[in-house]
Amino acid sequence: MMTTDPEWVLSLENVSKNFGGVKALTGVSFRVKPGEVHCLAGENGCGKSTLIKIITGVYTPSPGAKLNILGKEIEHITPALAREMGISVIWQDLALFPHMSVAENISFDEVLGFWPRLVRTESFKPKVEAILKRLNVEMDLDEPIKNLPIAQRQIVAIARALMGNAKLIFMDEPTSSLTQSETSMLMRIVQKLSEDGVAVVFVSHRLAEVLAISSQVTVLRDGHLVGVFPTEGMTQTKLAELMTNLTLINEVTANPGIHTESILEIENLSRKNEFQNVSLHIKKGEIVGLTGLIGAGRTELAHVLIGMTKPTSGTIRLGGKEANFNSIRDAILEGIAYVSEDRLSLGLIQPQSIADNIATTVLNRILTFMGFVSAKKKESMVNHWIKELAIRIGESSDAVSTLSGGNQQRVVLAKWLATEPRLMILDNPTVGVDVGARAGIFRIVKSLAEQGMGILLISDEVHEVHFNSDRVLVMTNGEIKLEHNPLEHSVEQLEGIVYA
Amino acid sequence: MRRLKLVANYTVEMRLLVVLVIMCFGLSLASDQFLSLGNLTSLLNNNAVNLIWAVGLLVVLISGGIDISFAVAASVVQYVAAYCFGLLGGGNWILGFLVSGLIGIGLGLVNATLIHGFRIISIVITIATFNAFFGLLMFFTSGKNIYNLPSWWTSRIFIFEHQSTNGTWSELNLAVAVMIGCVVATWILIRFTGTGRQLYAFGDNPEAARRAGINIALMQAVAYGWMGMMAGIAGLMQVNIVKEVIPNALYGRELEVLAAVVLGGARLGGGKGSILGCLLGVMFVAITQNGLNLLGVSPFAFQMIIGGSILIAVSTSNIQIGSDLFKNPGKYIRTRY
Repeated sequence: MMTTDPEWVLSLENVSKNFGGVKALTGVSFRVKPGEVHCLAGENGCGKSTLIKIITGVYTPSPGAKLNILGKEIEHITPALAREMGISVIWQDLALFPHMSVAENISFDEVLGFWPRLVRTESFKPKVEAILKRLNVEMDLDEPIKNLPIAQRQIVAIARALMGNAKLIFMDEPTSSLTQSETSMLMRIVQKLSEDGVAVVFVSHRLAEVLAISSQVTVLRDGHLVGVFPTEGMTQTKLAELMTNLTLINEVTANPGIHTESILEIENLSRKNEFQNVSLHIKKGEIVGLTGLIGAGRTELAHVLIGMTKPTSGTIRLGGKEANFNSIRDAILEGIAYVSEDRLSLGLIQPQSIADNIATTVLNRILTFMGFVSAKKKESMVNHWIKELAIRIGESSDAVSTLSGGNQQRVVLAKWLATEPRLMILDNPTVGVDVGARAGIFRIVKSLAEQGMGILLISDEVHEVHFNSDRVLVMTNGEIKLEHNPLEHSVEQLEGIVYA
Repeated sequence: MRRLKLVANYTVEMRLLVVLVIMCFGLSLASDQFLSLGNLTSLLNNNAVNLIWAVGLLVVLISGGIDISFAVAASVVQYVAAYCFGLLGGGNWILGFLVSGLIGIGLGLVNATLIHGFRIISIVITIATFNAFFGLLMFFTSGKNIYNLPSWWTSRIFIFEHQSTNGTWSELNLAVAVMIGCVVATWILIRFTGTGRQLYAFGDNPEAARRAGINIALMQAVAYGWMGMMAGIAGLMQVNIVKEVIPNALYGRELEVLAAVVLGGARLGGGKGSILGCLLGVMFVAITQNGLNLLGVSPFAFQMIIGGSILIAVSTSNIQIGSDLFKNPGKYIRTRY
């Protein structure tokens, strides 16, 4: 099979694209071999999605671009032609039809067309079954998609791509909402596709994931090609430097051994199918890092700590007192703040003002004696936090959506700090924040710890926890594997452990 | 197993069917007239027009839209068609279907063009066209009725006649046959054609439909054009039944039909709805009204019952979907890993 295939399933040369006067892409080339797992990496706004939209015919590139699919020069590509040539995109939102059945979704592209014609879902079922069997998955073909969990919908989207005999599948941030076992199942399916000669291109800015799954990585920065690199021997730090062109000056800020008063004590905490026998202590003023591969159970642990889900066994003690939260509200009242990974969509109300966003968590503390929100109290509270966290804004009445990623993250922090927590859980606090702004966020975290707050810093990025925590716990398959001391061991040693 | 699944996928329809069967059973005990052939045929005769509208509206609801203007559009079709038949020298049934179908499609396309062209939600556009159509109609006709209609149009045509032993006649008129034709045609469209599948998809997730390469303008045109055609045909049959054209005769009927179709499980957000549910919904409303008449209950009770039924039907189906999704999202999948 391989011998008859062309060398590249997709080859692009000299692709440029301007939007008005803005250069989105400049002379980029991009090649994918049959059956390869390739990663397209770059920071927000580097041109990743523009490139995909050109490949799938949504945008037309500037003249001079060469597009070659399976050895054929393509003059002008349209979405229909791209699909016909075997190029499929699985969008981040999956673009499925929730009220339609599994079989109808998978076979959907077969019923497209302008002219009316008769179609029967039954007639597609043998092919749909064959594809699911190939992916080693069993599904009820008549179940509506809305009843399926996200991971299964993802498989439906993959099967839909294969229904059109895809030779190359783009996956746009595929793991952003998957759990541990779901991610590993997806990874196995990608492996299987690759063995069958189907190339997969991951579009992701999760560095850990990129290094774990792909064999090659193409890095884009500001619309330019930085280069194509093998993932073997690549480190997260090096990849981040390639993506940002910044030399990341990192120094260990750990300050161990001076903390005495305990804030959080977890003993043998387990939650079925998520994590087992986790024991963890956080002292006053301590920053504890928690890392591991995507889906190791870190976020699931955080959800138990804030009362979103209940543990199956084990104890949580907060300030020496046993805690048994029934809801997130309970956890907030006990002084726990949780800055979730999804903050940009879930943590902030984008069109509302900065001041309103900061005040949402503490409305009951800024009331007048009549029970109305006091404008005066609100203003002084908001101004205090804006100053404290050095949030750069025009007016506090501006909409949050006008701020950069880094400043939005500070608004989220301000919102939670206003609740005056004892323990702050940060889940991937720098996702979507430019590298330059990340250092500022960590300076704030450090100063909060110095004021006595306990901090649990969860991150995919090994160097982030290594350089910013007092000690680092590595979680693998739902268990704490070991404790790493940044003062005694190097970041390379930690990377070796995490990716072992 | 397959049977069970069928029941599970048509929950609303099955529930409605059970309620309807119980109601019919109760009514047949309470009133000896209910199950008589005469009553059943007149139920069908009286609801043929509603059913024709209902299947048209079903297509619009599946595509994610709504139409308020169809009943008034049917009145417009009646007037314009009557005028056209005058110009055409009287006309006949074939011309009748052609002319009223085409005028109906034209009015539907007005809705589709406005909705697609200005990207305004369908309820706003069709409330506007509802008022515009009715205003124009009253303005140009000065509210005058037409009694002088071509004889082919008003002649009684029966597709079924039966005289019972006590001498009373029961019959099914032409409108019932036309209704069956419309129902079957709509069933084929939404159930067995690529276009039908695209309509469901567009109603379900418009953005995904767009990315899959579906022609959105075409989808709107098909949905509102089909609704318009059904409105035109319904208008034609209504004249055949009542033998006159009255400008405000159909005004207000749209909400009754909308209620029936929603009761039948069509989702107002689009992407869901079936012919079976649509038929059951209309018949539920019709039999409730018929039963209350036979039992001599105040007509206002009817309105309350329909309102209450919609609330119960819509809220309980939501509860079920919600609990299913949150309680046990993983139960539908078994992997071999």
